[in-house]
Amino acid sequence: MKDQSDKKRFPSSDGIDVSKRSTIKAAAAVTGGLIAASTTKIPEFLYRSAYAAGSDKPIRVGFQVHRTGIGALYGRWYEQTTTAVTKLINEMGGIAGRPVEIIAEDDGTDPKRGAEVVEKLAAQHKVDFVYGTLFSHVVIGSAPRAGELKIPYFVVSEGYHVASGKLNRYVAQPGITDVRAQVTAMSSWVMDNLGKRVTMIFPDYAFGYDHRDFFSAEVEKRGGSIAELLAIPPTESSYTKYFPRIPADTEVLYHVMVGPGVLTFVKEMGEHFGSNRPEIFGFIDSLEGVDIATPGLEFLEGTYLWEGMPRYADGYPTEHAAAYRKAVGLDENGASVDDPKSVSANSHMFGCWETMFIIKEVVEKSGYKDPKDYPALIETLEGIPGFAEGLEHPQGEKKFVGQLHQSFGQQFISKVSNGKLDVVHRTTIADGMYEPEADYTTQPL
Amino acid sequence: MNRRLTHKVLLLHLSIVAGLFLAQFFLPEYHHTNLARIMVLATFAAGYNVLFGYTGLMSLGHAMFFAAGMYATGLSVYYLDFGALSAFFLGIAAAAAVAVLFGLFALRTSGVSFLIVTMMFGQACYLTILYFNTITLGDQGFTLSNNLAPLEIGQQQFAFSNPSVKFNGAWILFSISFVLSMVIAASPLGRVLVAIRENDERTKLLGYNTYLYKLMALVVSGSIAGAAGAGYALLFSYVGASFAAILYSIYPLLWTLLGGAGTTLGPLIGTGTMFYLIDIASGYTTAYLFVVGGSLLILVLWFPKGIVGSIRDRWIKWLP
Amino acid sequence: MDLGPFLFLAFLEGTVTAFVLALTALGLSLVFGVMRIVNVAHGEFFMLGAVLAWVCSSLIESSALAGFALALFVAPIVVGAIALATDWGILKRVKYNPESTIVATIGLLYIIQQLVLSFYGPEARPVAAPIYFRVSFPWFGYSGYKLVVAVLSAAVLLASWYGISRTRLGLYMRATQQDMEMAQAFGVPVRRVYATVFVLGAMLAAMAGVLIVPVQQAHYLMGLDPLLLSFIVVIIGGLGSLKGTVVAAFVIGISDGMISVFFSPTLAKILATLLVAAVLVIRPTGLFGEDTA
Repeated sequence: MKDQSDKKRFPSSDGIDVSKRSTIKAAAAVTGGLIAASTTKIPEFLYRSAYAAGSDKPIRVGFQVHRTGIGALYGRWYEQTTTAVTKLINEMGGIAGRPVEIIAEDDGTDPKRGAEVVEKLAAQHKVDFVYGTLFSHVVIGSAPRAGELKIPYFVVSEGYHVASGKLNRYVAQPGITDVRAQVTAMSSWVMDNLGKRVTMIFPDYAFGYDHRDFFSAEVEKRGGSIAELLAIPPTESSYTKYFPRIPADTEVLYHVMVGPGVLTFVKEMGEHFGSNRPEIFGFIDSLEGVDIATPGLEFLEGTYLWEGMPRYADGYPTEHAAAYRKAVGLDENGASVDDPKSVSANSHMFGCWETMFIIKEVVEKSGYKDPKDYPALIETLEGIPGFAEGLEHPQGEKKFVGQLHQSFGQQFISKVSNGKLDVVHRTTIADGMYEPEADYTTQPL
Repeated sequence: MNRRLTHKVLLLHLSIVAGLFLAQFFLPEYHHTNLARIMVLATFAAGYNVLFGYTGLMSLGHAMFFAAGMYATGLSVYYLDFGALSAFFLGIAAAAAVAVLFGLFALRTSGVSFLIVTMMFGQACYLTILYFNTITLGDQGFTLSNNLAPLEIGQQQFAFSNPSVKFNGAWILFSISFVLSMVIAASPLGRVLVAIRENDERTKLLGYNTYLYKLMALVVSGSIAGAAGAGYALLFSYVGASFAAILYSIYPLLWTLLGGAGTTLGPLIGTGTMFYLIDIASGYTTAYLFVVGGSLLILVLWFPKGIVGSIRDRWIKWLP
Repeated sequence: MDLGPFLFLAFLEGTVTAFVLALTALGLSLVFGVMRIVNVAHGEFFMLGAVLAWVCSSLIESSALAGFALALFVAPIVVGAIALATDWGILKRVKYNPESTIVATIGLLYIIQQLVLSFYGPEARPVAAPIYFRVSFPWFGYSGYKLVVAVLSAAVLLASWYGISRTRLGLYMRATQQDMEMAQAFGVPVRRVYATVFVLGAMLAAMAGVLIVPVQQAHYLMGLDPLLLSFIVVIIGGLGSLKGTVVAAFVIGISDGMISVFFSPTLAKILATLLVAAVLVIRPTGLFGEDTA
């Protein structure tokens, strides 16, 4: 164990000489050998133990839910919707005759915990699918693990991450339109009806950048112009100081904010402008879970909001929407029937409902029995051209683009009047379509 | 107290390293990945421990080193198509550079002031990642799985999606930091660091340039934390700003305290215990923040020396 | 908007921010100055004040003013009681060791957040302002309640100043701050002073929470930002110096508004945090603090 060139040794009371270099050399050799051995030796037996394919074994859906952290409000409504739709599917005879079981795990709205939850659901709870994530960073943090574990991962996030091609073939977003399509669909109506010179206010993080990039691109394309882009840091709690930066020639103020500060934002915007305001168009993401009649929101009166699915029952009075609302427990105003003060996140949570029915559809169409059928299931999903409006899809018809793993549906524009939302326009699916930039079907399964 | 590198100490550490390696053949799948993750995070804690446990400098900004490693590695893979190894070493170098710059500045303070300076730098670092969102992709982050080529050693190819590559990668990372901690703890350097922890002024009077020693400890600590960040990016394929947020500066403190600050084994024990505490608790209650908060309180009030520290005090006096 | 009105708005907003900030930071500063410990849960006391204001206002739905008045009374008492329990149950037991206190109060921070999340929920809930009017200037409008907040904060600050400089408790506090052992030798009940200061600090934070909640909303994660800002103010202002705290609050409040206009606001926040670090390194007693041993 002596190495002449090594002068420094670690002194030891027992007179052992541990020479640095030789130790490292030995360790490297041993390690290399062991890894080589272990990678070849570790067989598939630890890897997803085969699922006994009994026909009435439940289909287990792992639900990655934001119970704590910044997404907790959404998480609660996602959970309520998921519970309702699962109950309904079971009453209808389950999926392919098998009962559905939801295994929920909190991810704390944190990407690291999110990835761990995917692992836990897949490996420990042995779920068939993972589903239900909303916040983009959690989706992006969890998706690689879903891809590596080769477990289908259905997200209800509206982020432009699935369709951008950044994720992998095991991730899909079939139940809700992504933000790029939403923004594209809004742009022509905003330009035609509200004005062509736009100032955008958005949170200084990823969700805001999607709006910034895609909406401003659409504006330029349609002959409008961007007067100013105001990115607001996520930790901000007062907004008054930003409003002077809105140029006087702004015709349309486009706002999209999330998080607890949004009420303040609207209030202060109102205080700033008074009655002398530009046209205002916003995304309801800011006001999910918030009653439009809240004191301080009077300033939104006469402004317009995007809705994924109308909050008020009369906004989209179809038979299926009514059935969905009843099952989830929404009253006329989009609040909980048990507590009229608890307002829903209806523009997003319908996606949980539709996604669960899509899981049902692809399982039944592909003849899925157990995890070895995943490739067939994913290929079946990719082959589906769309989903018809109905009890399964109360928000409306969807076009599904298999290569993008992404659905496209109609969008709603509502005007705030008398402290509630009146739908004034419905965009078509075509309004939101864009050139695909990805193709997951070329990736191996 | 004898903290030197004895037979016993060496044997204990090597058997832990070997035990961790063998664990992969017995653990069920879920715990297999968990242990891989725990070893990466324990590396982070081991880095923290060098500064806090041995040198007595409490930092609330270690997420910046973790993030420096993570982003340098992640960005170089994502944009520059670096291979895993070169990206990994770039990550360590970046963390070390951040540690040097930070240390030159922050080590003029001590105690609570040092703590706040670390916290402010940590926060500034987090905001900087958000500020350069066009490059870093902000809070949303990015994945590496589509960009990262498998590691090639000789004829063998190691894909990072392979669970045993993950495990062994994490194992190597942890083992190196673990053995390094042992070596530092037993070396003259380690003894000077402990002397600084116990009494900075007196150590200075003995003729040691404590500023330099502290800087050295900080750089070692930051580099290990950075290596953990780089390893995390490669093995778990995700880079995001949440890892730079203040919570990820509090975690290594918590893990180190729980396991026992100033013990080589503490970081691993602390990280593992906390991981399973949260994992098991989340099966019964969503209130796992209680678990985090409660364990911090219990530790401070009744077990200020943590698990390994208490064992050392009571039973095994020779633990380093 | 022209530069003139624009600067006027920044000044107005800066003043309001400064007063609220001074009030929020004052408690932290007192605790920091007198007890030499950092209470990381300070922001949670602020949050509890805001949440309790919501509870009070939903108890008395008919009158926003009555609910607000009740909250101004109830919130500091409840939060003060929690702080008393914290002092007795935790701080005293770790012998006010600065580092142990930080770890313990981080623990407390999570426990309080979890309690609020479990019992109050994840929503950001609004509380109606007790008095509401919009002040309209020729160029823009401004919230009247914000001006009221500034006045009320100023009143509380004034009362605190009186308390510190003119009463026996204030004398004890200053004596303890200057030299704890000497004060003890002269018969100052230091332990009791500690408890009182800690409780007072928490009550001030709660009061700030009540005042600010009609402008913001009550949310279980709202405590972190005021905590960081308070840190900034306390450090720049100098430990335990009321004057320094107020001056620093103005510097930060007004410059934040101005910097965010000319640069990116995120950049402004980066600069502010780095400034704090620089102050700590270069002049640890704060820009306005006196050198005390």
